[in-house]
Amino acid sequence: MKTLEGDTTPASLGAGVVIQPLIFRWKSVRSGLIRLGITLIGLLTAFGIGAILLISVGANPLVAYQALFNGAFGNQFNLLETLVKSTPILLVALGVTFAFRSSTWNIGSEGQLHMGAVGATLAGLALKAWLPDLTPPLAILILIWVGFLFGGGYAAVAGLLKVRWGVNEVITTIMLNFVAVLFVQYLTFGPLRDPLASGQPISPTILDAAQLPRLIARSRLNLGFILACASVILVYVVLWRTTLGYKIRAVGSNPRAARQAGISFSRSVLVAMFISGGLAGLAGTSEIAGLHFRLINSFSPGYGAAGTVVALLAGLHPLAVLPTAILFGGLLTGADTMARTVQVSTSIITVIQGLMVLFVMGSQFLVSKWER
Amino acid sequence: MTLEQTISALLQEPVLIGLLAASLRMATPLVFAALGQVFTQSAGVLDLSVEGLMMVGAFFGFVGAFYSGSLWIGVFIGMISAALCSLLMAFMSVTLRANQTIVSIMLGLILEGLVTFLNKWFFGSGYIPPKTAVFQPLTIPFLSDLPYVGQILFQQNLLVYLALLLVPIVSVVLYRTTFGLSLRAIGENPRAADAAGINVFKMQYVAILIGSLFAGLSGVFLTLGWTGLYTDNITAGRGWLAIALVFFGKWNPYRVTLGALIFGLVNAVQLRVQALSGDTVAHQLLLMIPYLLCILALIGASRRAGGPANLTVAYRRE
Repeated sequence: MKTLEGDTTPASLGAGVVIQPLIFRWKSVRSGLIRLGITLIGLLTAFGIGAILLISVGANPLVAYQALFNGAFGNQFNLLETLVKSTPILLVALGVTFAFRSSTWNIGSEGQLHMGAVGATLAGLALKAWLPDLTPPLAILILIWVGFLFGGGYAAVAGLLKVRWGVNEVITTIMLNFVAVLFVQYLTFGPLRDPLASGQPISPTILDAAQLPRLIARSRLNLGFILACASVILVYVVLWRTTLGYKIRAVGSNPRAARQAGISFSRSVLVAMFISGGLAGLAGTSEIAGLHFRLINSFSPGYGAAGTVVALLAGLHPLAVLPTAILFGGLLTGADTMARTVQVSTSIITVIQGLMVLFVMGSQFLVSKWER
Repeated sequence: MTLEQTISALLQEPVLIGLLAASLRMATPLVFAALGQVFTQSAGVLDLSVEGLMMVGAFFGFVGAFYSGSLWIGVFIGMISAALCSLLMAFMSVTLRANQTIVSIMLGLILEGLVTFLNKWFFGSGYIPPKTAVFQPLTIPFLSDLPYVGQILFQQNLLVYLALLLVPIVSVVLYRTTFGLSLRAIGENPRAADAAGINVFKMQYVAILIGSLFAGLSGVFLTLGWTGLYTDNITAGRGWLAIALVFFGKWNPYRVTLGALIFGLVNAVQLRVQALSGDTVAHQLLLMIPYLLCILALIGASRRAGGPANLTVAYRRE
């Protein structure tokens, strides 16, 4: 028999503190400001620990962080590149938001993103072979749809195992991550390898008409970013303005009450998983159709983990996800510049990202104690 | 090489014995990590940072042995480092009652990044990775002369023996001592345990620390008991497999170990098939097998009910 007080609801990520609508609940501007302050303090503390790490390996943190900032937002090109990098993070984070809102711990975004990329590539190659005369809007729509289906279907496997056999979805989604990454490796080294690529693990290019148009000259920013921003609105509307969204949130925040109200747990979990994976699949699709135009081995520098962190920092709110994702796109873009400047591994960014979540959760606990 | 040829090559006597010995070796890190998690989860704490803790153990164990020249100092440092890292998990999840799933996944992420970062700083990206000695096979007199069994069981290194010895010890501690009983009581009903005078918070701290010491030892085995060098991502998902094994084994040390041995065997066969088949079977597909098998194992185990009733639920004292 589970005790009620400790129920693991996504809304109360820590200490019974509700961190949902982080900044956007106008009714309680004061508590909103406090939450925003907490988040900022959490971010700064994480950077502080990062600075200690940098000092301990003999790098100057000021030089490092300046390089990080310049690399991310320093000039127009870097800024646009930050938006490019934030596109998949944004889509993944929206997907994670969807799943976590229903208390379904989908940690498999990385795998779903890879499968979405596989779906988009296969569709793009199939169109090139059989329907080369297709026009852009239709071709792009097909790619998006297939990418969404591949990502969503892959996540639904874990969802099905959870509702049918009660298998812990954290483990299955992680295992499926390993499988999907290996699958992309297999495809790019094996059956899909471009014979003209002189041994590189890349596939041939997809149909021209299926490639997402670039938005600004001399930049890689493409339609994928617009798509991701549109998804922010879409996810917000679905979660807070539809019955489906209400059911999903109800199952997430209080499964017992939801069941009493006649909401099907299994259906909500399955739908949440499918949409969550579909959004991650879209992230993979936009990487293929918008940036590389072909499947590439190890094309993702950890978008899955970054997106998960973003969703958590944004308090699982789609509107807060947008700025957070852009910040993280900047971290990823700037990390390379920083790594080159002070000669450290880019993985320090992973450390800082994880610390941010822990510090924000920790300080929320302290504030809730102090307010009482 | 065709399938039949591969199979018959695997079944030749010396190959088969080598294969079984190798599977015992490959099961060892899983046994260590999973036994530790049996403790942690029995006390109602789901710690998903095992993968990161193993990396910490593997790396700091390696660093310790590399600079001190002593394998035992390496083992010690690896285990202690993992335990220190898990204090953060204990503080966040027990004291602050933050969501265990999220905290431990984030901690795992942090630790993986930290170890990769430190590895680059310590050893750069030179072409010749630094190496340490490894624990040498310890042939047990008389027993190792037994036909078949001797070569499989009694010509392993000390850490493998330690893993096998720990299985009954963990079982006795969990089921036959007051400490184990208290631990399991907390996992089932913390309120009742509290009323009976058990310090729930202290015990959960201890359970998390034990789990991390074991995870650290598991990581140490990868570097000092096996390869003698540290490479990025050396754990390759073994931490997650270990957690799955705890579910599969239904929190029973013997069944968990059985699961680990099965995975060791599958992995050993998979590696041997890779070596034998050359290019005819893509090695990526073979590498998927343990992960897929893990999912199947969890489905198979799900039919039996059980497990600590209060797993992942933070205890709040009224």
